[in-house]
This record gives sequence, structure tokens and C-alpha cells, in this order.
Amino acid sequence: MFMNTRSNFDQSLKELKSLQLKMADEAQTAIKNAMRALLNQDLGLAKKIIDGDNVIDDLEYEIHEKALMLIARQSPVAKDLRRLHVALSASSEVERLGDIAVNIAKSAVHIGNEKHVKELIDIPNMMEMALEMVTESITSFYSEDIELAKKCAAKDDQVDQMFGNLVKELLTYIPQNPDFTNQIIQLAFVCRYIERIADHSTNIAENVVYLETGKRYNLND
Amino acid sequence: MTAVKEKRTVDVPVPSDGEFQSENILTVKNLEIYYGEKRAVNGISMDIEKNSVTALIGPSGCGKSTFLRSINRMNDLIPGARAAGEILYEDLNILSENINVTALRKEIGMVFQKPNPFPKSIYDNITHALKFAGIRKKSMLDEMVEESLRKAALWDEVKDRLDRSALSLSGGQQQRLCIARTIAMKPTVILLDEPSSALDPISNAKVEDLIVDLKKDYSIVIVTHNMQQASRISDKTAFFLSGDLVEYDKTEKIFTNPSVTKTEEYISGRFG
Repeated sequence: MFMNTRSNFDQSLKELKSLQLKMADEAQTAIKNAMRALLNQDLGLAKKIIDGDNVIDDLEYEIHEKALMLIARQSPVAKDLRRLHVALSASSEVERLGDIAVNIAKSAVHIGNEKHVKELIDIPNMMEMALEMVTESITSFYSEDIELAKKCAAKDDQVDQMFGNLVKELLTYIPQNPDFTNQIIQLAFVCRYIERIADHSTNIAENVVYLETGKRYNLND
Repeated sequence: MTAVKEKRTVDVPVPSDGEFQSENILTVKNLEIYYGEKRAVNGISMDIEKNSVTALIGPSGCGKSTFLRSINRMNDLIPGARAAGEILYEDLNILSENINVTALRKEIGMVFQKPNPFPKSIYDNITHALKFAGIRKKSMLDEMVEESLRKAALWDEVKDRLDRSALSLSGGQQQRLCIARTIAMKPTVILLDEPSSALDPISNAKVEDLIVDLKKDYSIVIVTHNMQQASRISDKTAFFLSGDLVEYDKTEKIFTNPSVTKTEEYISGRFG
């Protein structure tokens, strides 16, 4: 009796999702490379990340244009409308992830080739957890999996705790290593950037829950 | 139209001060409507709120227009049509055999999809039924014409040409004239069956604005195929499918997060 309709609209939504995944992939790669640049003191790689951020910015712009066009021309309602809202909102979160990769790369440049005040172990560990959260939030977005989104958000508190401990520890090095103050401050900034990666991942996870349920959840609580 | 002159056998109560105690103007209980052997409405129950716009949506053949027409007994005109259950209007079952249908239709007026003004002057379109109802005094008729046309947001456009043929008006103006004609009978409920589907976008927008404005004084039930129209102007929306009332909720809920998958599929254009 009834026919399935709106195949063009559905196709456009699929294309939009592909763009979002491509953007998330770019941001994840940028973050991983920024960390590698910091750890290996690879200034060439750091500069490449700084210069490459416009790719992520352009993708965000493209996603926003497409989402707004679909809202204007397709009159979406209910989950379709939430999907487009989430496309706008989540792409801004991912764009911030790209900015954070740039910030970490800039810290790597500021530190330059100066010998690290200590071997960097905890910062990469913290980054590993934050990157897990990025992966989980993006996967939960792709598969529209609320449980995975919640699992992702649950890690935010651990990252926050690591951030607090690490910054405290880093600051204790300043009195004994005053010549390394700039480096220590940059490393504290990096910790702060990683903590923000976890926050943005949580926000993406919250968007997934909103997309699926139509209700707003603060997964940080 | 002679029926309008008939004495009412059962008084349909008219609120003396315009206020009802209940927030609901109509209560539908287990309503079934048949065309011969075929059941078009499968035992629906719902309340229709006073001074609000209730939209009935659903694919063609879902029973929404059949339901709308049953509210002022328009289905009586269809051979073989019959209804079971109750539609309570001020505790009176509209479906009862002893209801004076003509009197009922004065209080529950209807406006149709295609503007259908009488081939008479604008003035006479409004006064035609009023005269049959026994109102003869010119000053009173003048007053009611102006009041109705003002309420229908048409007065300013036609006040200088009330003697011109209603057929000289644009489609949108004709539809507002039909609404004015309904308002003149001082109804409490106005039923609208796709009232702006035959209109251009500007006329449609005027009719939509008018509907929202009219809910101050009337309770409105509208059948529409236009999802955006339902979402723009209604307070509550009822989704019908194959004779069933699938979901009935606040319009903002229906169009943002409906509870039933079929509703979501329909409003988002996935079937229908």
C-alpha cells in the first residue's frame, strides 16, 4: 500500500555522514601526528600539522553548508532534523579537535629541540586514553550506538584526574629546573589540550545520545 | 437550507459566558465509522481541547477526513455511512439519532478544501444563512457581516465592495469568505478540511495566520496533508493510519520526537 520515499534525501544524509567521518579521520590523524611530533621533537611534522589544519576547517564548512541546505530544502523533522543538528554540532567539536592538534604541534615547536626535562611517559598514556575516547565517540556516531557513547563518556573523569595529577607533578619540576620553565609550561598546556580532547569526545557522545533519544544528557555528570 | 429554520429538537448547549468548565470541547469514545461493510475508522478515542488547533494527519484513506466529517454529521449525507461509539460535545453525544443536525452544524461549522462561496455578493454570502436563521434587521446583519469579515481578516480588503460578487475574489479571499461565513453562525468548533491546499503560498500563509488567530474564540480541527502546515499552526496532532489513531500528542512532540515509529516514518516522508 505504501511506498518508500525520499531516497534522494537519504542518499544526501549518507553523503553527509561520510563527510563527517572523513573529517573525524583527518582530526584523529592530526592529533596522533602532533603527539608524535612532540615526542620525537619532529619540528617538520609539527609545521605540517599547523599548515594542514585548513583541510579540517574546509570540511567543517562543507558539512555546515550541506546540512543547512538540507534543512532549507528538505524540511526535515524528528530524527532527520536531529541528525542535521548533530552534523552541525559534532562537526564543530571535531573542528576543535583539529585546532587542538595544531596547539599541540605549536607547543612542540616552542619546545623545539631542547632536551625533555623528563622522559614523557604519562602524557602519551593520557593521550592514548583521550584518543580511545575519540575513536569510541566517532564509532558510536557511525553506528548510532548509545551504549558505546556512554562507555566513551565514562572515561572523561579518568582523563580529568590524569590531567590534575600530571600538571601538579610538572609544576614540581620548575624549582629544580628553572631553565626548563618554558618547556614545563608548554607540557602543562599539552596536558590541558589532551583533557580538552576528552571533553570534545564526550560532547560528540552526548550528540549521539541526543540523536537516538531526542533527549539531552550531560554525560559528564 | 430550510432545515436551519427547524426548531431544535435537542438543544445543543451554548455556553452563556463563552466558557466551558472542561478544557476539552469534544471527547471521542470508541468511534467506529463504516461505509457499508467497510470500516473506515477503527474505534478511536481522543479528547479535543478547547481553544486550540488540532491537526489530523495521515495518508489518503486513513480515516482522518471521515472522522472530521463525523464531528458535524456530514457523513449522514453519504448512503450506507454509519457510526458507532460516541462523540461528546458538552456531554451530548453528537452521534445520537435525536440530535438536530442542522442546529449542530451551526455550532460545529465546516470549511472545505475548495473555496465554495455562493454565486452572490460578498455581503449576501455572509447574511444568507443568518436570514434563514431569522435575523432580518439590517443594522444587525451589517454588524455581523463586519464582525465576521474582520475576524476572517478579510474586512479591510473587501469593505468597499461588499456588493460585488464573491466569485470576483481571489481563491485565498474566497476561502477566508467561507471562513467568515462559518464564523457568522457563531460556532464553537470550526472543522477545516484541507482549507488551503488549493491556495497559492501567500493566500495559504494568510489562512494559516487566520487559523492561529481564530483559536482565541473557537476550537479548530483541521485535516491537512501538509506536514509543515500541521507543525506550524496546530497545538496537538493526531496521526491516523488505516483507520487507527496511531499517535496523538502535542504537535511539538510529534514533529520532534514522536513515540511511534510509523508516525516518524510518515511525518518525515518515508511513506505515504
